[in-house]
Amino acid sequence: MLVRYHGGEGMLAWAFHRISGVAIWAFVILHVIDIFLVGAAPKVYDTLLSFYATPIGILMEWLLGAAVLYHALNGLRIVIMDFWPPMTRYHRVMWRINWVIFAIIGIPVTWVIFRQFAHALGWTI
Amino acid sequence: MSARYTRGSGRVKPGGGGLELAVWYLMRLSGLGLFVLVISHYLILHVITAPDKENADWIVQMRWSSVFWRAMDWLLLMLVLFHSFMGMRTVVGDYSRGGVRVALTMALYALAFFLFAIGTIVVMTLPNVVPPG
Repeated sequence: MLVRYHGGEGMLAWAFHRISGVAIWAFVILHVIDIFLVGAAPKVYDTLLSFYATPIGILMEWLLGAAVLYHALNGLRIVIMDFWPPMTRYHRVMWRINWVIFAIIGIPVTWVIFRQFAHALGWTI
Repeated sequence: MSARYTRGSGRVKPGGGGLELAVWYLMRLSGLGLFVLVISHYLILHVITAPDKENADWIVQMRWSSVFWRAMDWLLLMLVLFHSFMGMRTVVGDYSRGGVRVALTMALYALAFFLFAIGTIVVMTLPNVVPPG
């Protein structure tokens, strides 16, 4: 289904929703286990945290944030249309509004995370 | 598959009531809860505070010295496990059939239960330390 793209915002919104959802699910598994280690094996947790703080870890943190923000905004769009079906007429408008909100929240967050990234690489900005 | 989706909207609401209809509603309600909880979780722990400071000692002495944050994180655990594993159940249902689908779905339920158990253990049993100052 994912590879047979027929065009249209609805299909693209659905594909992105599924991909981001599966990615977030995979991170949730890792994250519940790592927090369990805070009690069971704190040194192992701290070792994992030092990986999260590497440039690659921070890049993944940024991608996770993008996946969460997209999934949240598109999920809200789905809830609006499912609970108020007449709103389905405006699904394209809501899709575009979602990307505007995505940019408004995403750009400042990207700046903050980019500073963590630069710090991890030893750059001074 | 086009018959199973309304254009631009979510999965079609199951008819006839019962468990599937309850899950359909609970996916949307948990999603609304997660909209607030996950975005605030990410902003507080990854943007406002630098995550490289959040080691095991920080979680014991700062984050989880508060019963409020333990309760919020436990609520987040329950909602996120329900939403993500029920979402994966839908994905498994779309891409597999018959015995494989049943086996994968059971594996999802087992993993969800395991994560709920270890997440609950740590949030309930991590020693409560009064924060310094």
